[in-house]
Amino acid sequence: MDFLQPTSWQDALALRGERPDALPLAGGTDVMVDINFDRRRPGALLDLGRVPELREWGQDDGRIRLGAGVPYAGIIGNLGAQLPGLAMASRTVGSPQIRIRGTVGGNLGSASPAGDAHPPLLAAGAVVEVASAARGTREIPVAEFYTGVKRNALEPDELIAAVLIPAASGPQQFSKVGTRNAMVIAVSAFACALHPDRREIGTGIGSAAPTPRRAPEAETFLAGELDDAGLWDSRNALPEPLAAAFGERVAAAASPIDDVRGSAAYRLHSLSVMARRAITWAWNDLREAA
Amino acid sequence: MSAEAGTRTTRITATPGGVGDTPLRPDGTLKVTGEFAYASDLWHDEMVWGATLRSPHPHARIAGIDITEALTLPGVFAVLTAADVPGENAFGLEHADQPVLASEFVRYEGEPVAIVAADHPETARRAAQRIRVDYEVLPAVTDPRRAMDADAPAVHRPGNLVRHLTLRRGNPDPKAPVVVSLDFEVGMQDQAFLGPESGLAVPGDDGGVDLYVATQWLHVDQRQICLALGLPPEKVRLTLAGVGGAFGGREDLSVHVHACLLALRTGKPVKMSYGREESFFGHVHRHPATMTYEFGAERDGTLVYAKANLLFDGGAYASSTAAVVGNGGTLGLGPYRFPSVAVDAYGVFTNNPPCGAMRGFGCVQAAFAHEALMDELADAVGVDRVEIRQRNGMREGDVNITGQVIDSAAPVAELLQIVRDLPMPPPLDPSDIRALPGAVGNTTHGEGVVRGVGYAIAYKNVGFSEGFDDYSTARVRLELTGGEPVATVHTAAAEVGQGLITVEQQICRTELGVERVVVHPKTTGVGSGGSTSASRQTYVTGGAVKAACESVRAVVLERAAALLGRSAGELRLDGEKLLGASGEVLLGLGDVLGTEAVEETVEWRHRPTHAIDPETGQGNAHVQFAFSAHRAVVDVDVELGLVKVVALDSAQDVGKAINPDAVVGQIHGGSAQGMGLALMEEMVVTDGHVRNPSFTDYLIPTILDMPPMQVQVLEYADPHAPYGVRGVGEPPTISSGPAVAAAVRAATGKALHRVPIRPEHITGT
Ligand SMILES: Cc1cc2nc3c(=O)[nH]c(=O)nc-3n(C[C@H](O)[C@H](O)[C@H](O)COP(=O)(O)OP(=O)(O)OC[C@H]3O[C@@H](n4cnc5c(N)ncnc54)[C@H](O)[C@@H]3O)c2cc1C
Repeated sequence: MDFLQPTSWQDALALRGERPDALPLAGGTDVMVDINFDRRRPGALLDLGRVPELREWGQDDGRIRLGAGVPYAGIIGNLGAQLPGLAMASRTVGSPQIRIRGTVGGNLGSASPAGDAHPPLLAAGAVVEVASAARGTREIPVAEFYTGVKRNALEPDELIAAVLIPAASGPQQFSKVGTRNAMVIAVSAFACALHPDRREIGTGIGSAAPTPRRAPEAETFLAGELDDAGLWDSRNALPEPLAAAFGERVAAAASPIDDVRGSAAYRLHSLSVMARRAITWAWNDLREAA
Repeated sequence: MSAEAGTRTTRITATPGGVGDTPLRPDGTLKVTGEFAYASDLWHDEMVWGATLRSPHPHARIAGIDITEALTLPGVFAVLTAADVPGENAFGLEHADQPVLASEFVRYEGEPVAIVAADHPETARRAAQRIRVDYEVLPAVTDPRRAMDADAPAVHRPGNLVRHLTLRRGNPDPKAPVVVSLDFEVGMQDQAFLGPESGLAVPGDDGGVDLYVATQWLHVDQRQICLALGLPPEKVRLTLAGVGGAFGGREDLSVHVHACLLALRTGKPVKMSYGREESFFGHVHRHPATMTYEFGAERDGTLVYAKANLLFDGGAYASSTAAVVGNGGTLGLGPYRFPSVAVDAYGVFTNNPPCGAMRGFGCVQAAFAHEALMDELADAVGVDRVEIRQRNGMREGDVNITGQVIDSAAPVAELLQIVRDLPMPPPLDPSDIRALPGAVGNTTHGEGVVRGVGYAIAYKNVGFSEGFDDYSTARVRLELTGGEPVATVHTAAAEVGQGLITVEQQICRTELGVERVVVHPKTTGVGSGGSTSASRQTYVTGGAVKAACESVRAVVLERAAALLGRSAGELRLDGEKLLGASGEVLLGLGDVLGTEAVEETVEWRHRPTHAIDPETGQGNAHVQFAFSAHRAVVDVDVELGLVKVVALDSAQDVGKAINPDAVVGQIHGGSAQGMGLALMEEMVVTDGHVRNPSFTDYLIPTILDMPPMQVQVLEYADPHAPYGVRGVGEPPTISSGPAVAAAVRAATGKALHRVPIRPEHITGT
């Protein structure tokens, strides 16, 4: 197995183009597990750890441009205000050691339905910026990025450069159910974002379908109900039945399976509970901010 | 330590670092700083690596094995199969029924079929993958309830029954005005020790082998290895390597024979180390159990009778299933007085992973059932749940269900009272989500959270039972080194992290009055220390060390008496000095020792136990009983089924705390392990296949799952045991889980007759 270690983004893209058999390596918290278990034997490892551009983040036209190699610990430490949903999700990832190594780029690269970064990225309406030496940069809305179980929209010669995430214009929440109180892969997860500027709701569901996905019907239903009831303006309390109806619609958007971590029925149930609670907290935050 | 217990405690002269003190562990700093050499750190020049090929099928006939492709891989030194086992291709703790390498049949997923030695662990693993095994898959029996059906596939001949224990006492047809009953199921728990199996076998010039291995009982390993290698004991020498936890999972052989076979074949030192996934297939687990219990009682809650049926899934090989059935059957009704009893306990073979020893050994499973049923009885008769246990609880002098008199303290009522009276945790504080069920998962800010409190009491036999010749050997040497008296203690009793080596030092200090005590590496160069299990080592090896010290002391006094021209009876050894009758210093210990060391080896036994009657289960089966109580307080998010254990407090009678810190450590760890079984720890096995052989999906409690504990230790000396000690390690694992389960039932109002309790059991989805 060759070990390729580019020191610039350009070199990284060039190597990616030359070596389709190379596997990109960011924090390695998924890659090294696969290699140790002999699930993967790539011809080469393309270590992105020395590419400084990937570890940068900054403002870009109302969006946060988060380098693919920024670890969860960096998001928690620096971006809690702009990206509250992603920061909450980051806090639930693995252990402190994993949060120091693991990256959102790696989470997207693995595209596991249980990846914790996905629901808040979906809820926020993030865009994945990918690039190749041959064709340059393209932007993929995150909802289109997940193409199947652990599959994504990357071409063989592409790398993930960054994620472009609109800075939060309203409260965001993230909830994750696991069978212990820390260091656990999600049995089910849910993220929501209120966009009071556009009077829209964003959602993201994890671990309850072949890919992470939104709950579009729940989003439009709730936004419409809030409109009809004048709640965007009045900022009155969110009626419980409305929150519950939203929760049911979120669950309806999922198509989970039974597995060793939990039953499909429990995943649906827990999603509806999490969605009901999370949207209520988000709404209460909005009211308090007003 | 509770003050009121002091009156019945054996008084021991305080020696710094002696019995009752808490000296630093000799291995403590090394472990905390990461410098301790565990078995996985073993290294030898020229060493090669072993790997194991395991069966993918729960049940199959091996039609053929082709090793050609593996042998031709560069770097491979040997590929061995059943045909290469020189002695008997069989091992086992109670029955040698398990092949070293499968020959005709494989009986569980993960059974070793072939082994490889190569110059690199990865090469060895790849070579193993190149071995072609032709399997004819056979129907498997994986439901223990079906194992004894006439049409069930036979795992072994003549049938699938390992042991059926019947216990009958009192009225054969008892009646009672109040009757409660339940079915209870316990899933398969794993020991989940942090240091996976590892060993290094070094071939000797004499055609023998030296094996360095992490284990629980060097001599029982040696016996089995000798049988398989066809070598006498003097050619199979074992040394204990650094053990990263055991909990019963290292009682059965793992890498032992395989590494020796490869070393003897290649003439090179061979190291074998399992990874985490292989470890789940490389050792036995706690038996899953299906139980039916019925209690009859007077209207005031006084117990009249019990009927119980316990079924333990032993998996594919016998291991210690018969003894687990023995414990489940003789102790499985808990520490209560029952005038009439009918118990049937079964252990069966299936094509599931083999099950054997794990901390609590048959009592853990039963305690979930008897404690759940005691709560139901309390509710049925309208008596408080603690009070009903106190009223029916065993006391010293009572007769247990096998007719054995409890001949030392049995403070059931007191232990329960202590945990009941301990301060309660503060009420729910929703401001810190880490304190809530779901914790950083941010699933509740207080919504749906209900608090519940549960109590449990349990007891466990200490030491090996049912007539087993349970002994330990200690060699103690006292000599001058650099002008200072130094004692060296040599036993073969395994230190697995529990602190036995500290206890051995403490006993030497107290008995010999010397400060410096060296613990000799644990080897088969001294007689058997017995197993590090059944909470027995401080009792039995501690007893042996004490006895050996007494012999050494007697020799020293004789020598001093000869030097002084006095009688030994007038002399005393204290603080490295020989004192006369009125305490006057007569000689220094160094003057007595001179250049001639004093060394004594003693084999020490506890009081004998006896087989139980095969029809009635009556008999003095056990040597000692240890009692513990827990109170659990939980917050349950009843809508999501998530649990946060807020408090898990305990009281336990330990007879005498030889090392109070170590005692509390055992209670902390044991409580966490019991709580883990109640809430999350389960090997999920479907159709004989293990579905979660990793720490990603076999969940053990983290620091956020385990609350700080209040622990109260009683010291009611057992007059029959050295220093009055009572085994400590297992009882907390037995009573903690049932207390947690009871607390979750209290919070949810659900019956929850299965553990681990999964979120969907609470939510009903
Ligand atoms: C103990 C443990 C606990 C964990 N707990 C969690 C958890 O709670 N929640 C969770 O979501 N995950 C968890 N994970 C999984 C893992 O940590 C995350 O998926 C993490 O985000 C992966 O990031 P990484 O930087 O380590 O990726 P890597 O392992 O380096 O890479 C992952 C994948 O992404 C690809 N990749 C990485 N960077 C790029 C790039 N720039 N362009 C293209 N492809 C790229 C790699 O080729 C690979 O396919 C856990 C893992 C471990 C070992």
